[in-house]
Amino acid sequence: MWYLCVFYHRLLDYRIPEFESLADLFGAFGDKRSSDFNTQDKVLQWRLPKHHHPDSPFHFVHLPYEDVARKIANRSILVKGIYELWGEGNDFEELEEAVKSYPDERKLPYLEYESTFKITVDSFGKVLSLQEQNERIQGLSYIPFKGRVNLKNPDHNFWLMETDENETNNGLPPVVKRRIFFGREIGVADRKLIPMYQLKTRNYLGPTAMDAEMAFLMANQAQAAPGKLVYDPFVGTGSILVSAAHFGAMTMGADIDIRVVRDGRGPDCNVWSNFKQYGLPMPIGLLRADNNLPPWRPGLKEVFDGIICDPPYGVRAGGRKSGGRKLLKGIVSPYTVPDDKRADHIPSTAAYTLVECVHDLLDLAARMLIMGGRLVFFYPVLREDGSVETHFPEHPCFKLVATSEQMLSSRYSRVLLTMVKTSLYTEELALAARIKHLEFRENHLKWLENGNLHSSVFSPADAESGDSKVSKESKLKYRGKYV
Amino acid sequence: MRLLTHNMLSSNIKGVTKGFPLKIEVEKVVEKQVEINHDFLRNIFPKIDWKAFSDAARTMGYVELPEQAPDPSVLESDLDFLTKFHHALLELHLEEGALVCPETGRKFPVNKGIPNMLLHEDEV
Repeated sequence: MWYLCVFYHRLLDYRIPEFESLADLFGAFGDKRSSDFNTQDKVLQWRLPKHHHPDSPFHFVHLPYEDVARKIANRSILVKGIYELWGEGNDFEELEEAVKSYPDERKLPYLEYESTFKITVDSFGKVLSLQEQNERIQGLSYIPFKGRVNLKNPDHNFWLMETDENETNNGLPPVVKRRIFFGREIGVADRKLIPMYQLKTRNYLGPTAMDAEMAFLMANQAQAAPGKLVYDPFVGTGSILVSAAHFGAMTMGADIDIRVVRDGRGPDCNVWSNFKQYGLPMPIGLLRADNNLPPWRPGLKEVFDGIICDPPYGVRAGGRKSGGRKLLKGIVSPYTVPDDKRADHIPSTAAYTLVECVHDLLDLAARMLIMGGRLVFFYPVLREDGSVETHFPEHPCFKLVATSEQMLSSRYSRVLLTMVKTSLYTEELALAARIKHLEFRENHLKWLENGNLHSSVFSPADAESGDSKVSKESKLKYRGKYV
Repeated sequence: MRLLTHNMLSSNIKGVTKGFPLKIEVEKVVEKQVEINHDFLRNIFPKIDWKAFSDAARTMGYVELPEQAPDPSVLESDLDFLTKFHHALLELHLEEGALVCPETGRKFPVNKGIPNMLLHEDEV
């Protein structure tokens, strides 16, 4: 059946991937265990209302049953609500006609004597006064409501929603004609999560803590759920795992910086206290380890249901790995730590380039994720000439199912990549991946080498103002799509 | 550090071939109650190296686990087993101590429950 889905007008690139990840989680594509990971494309059918641009908050989506729709709406961060559409039109006459011709057997069960109901008037791109809202509700008298009104806790919620006919609205490409929708609510979002988990009230924060909304989106992309185990190899203050734990997953994290994972800022301000603050179960394990030399036992594989992380890409925080800079270049031989100093020795580390980091991450995920498990991580792209680099890292064990861009400045964006493990990890595939990685590095990733990304993002703009003015204007002004 | 983590770790010093299982040196064990989740236990059971797990539990002072890996069918029916498995896997914590590489004797310290698996320069 087709449902009307209304999104919050934010993070436009993230809306449909989130919806489809949750649809998959809640069984819209059939039983997960029996599905073939390779062949099935888990995408839903979508339609747009008449005259609407793809960035419109109003979409129609086809779902197998109402229960899936309700579960998606209740868990999603970007879905405002999902509705059974009773009618739509360019004006109220058209709407009336449409609602009247909607089959009675779909309407009458929700209009009965004993039931209670509420009608909400909502608008996109304009504000309606209370009086205007009341007039619109009065105008619905052609619907035979027999129940009682209950504004606090009604059995059935009905929504009248309209978009503005004005051509200049909210940074959206113009929706040329006004459109009015009337429908029955199936499920609405609970955005209370976001103020509850917002970073400014978080006990223990680091410079790269993930904001609550994005962390929840990442957890949804990874389909975090009770009974699953989710791992973050760059755990930091735990901001991503907190969101996975909120959705019931067990969590595990590692970081190369022992001060972050072990000490924090004191006994009540550390990674553990961030979980305690929200009454969430503590992570199963936190450890200090190097993503470049992971300490997992040989033969251990397919233990994690999801791996979610924000790798260090050297813009706000750089990655580190074991071994000194000179040591890795072969200039000096390894420093042999005297026996009496081994206990408190602080091993030297070297810069860890993003290319290497992503390769290690893909290799780790290929081995440690279960089949059908998800790897969700951010990947930076430079927005030169307003266009976006389209080469994303690849691995033969994975299928890329979603890419969602978030513009961070006029120069660079980060893209949330969601990959699903579709092939078993074998030595041959690992080798093939290594070769592919070297090719990738050769051809596409010069700009990601040591410090290049950082300087592209932070170096002053070119002094030849003639050129930069032109390019500034050619860049998208319409940021709504990404922020 | 819980025993689940211990069961996943090995010494990855360069040249070491038998880095698993790491021996546990106990200084302080604490017990923390965790809500039991049967689905999680069933998912994780096949991934556990049972010998290493039951030995580790014994080192930590918990002797209720069978030495041989039980048949997976007990996960469906035997509540008593699930409770014990849950307790050993998730409620016992090594708060202070060390993990010792079985081949070289190198100690990976565990402080405040966090194992430090980072290698020194001459071990990479």
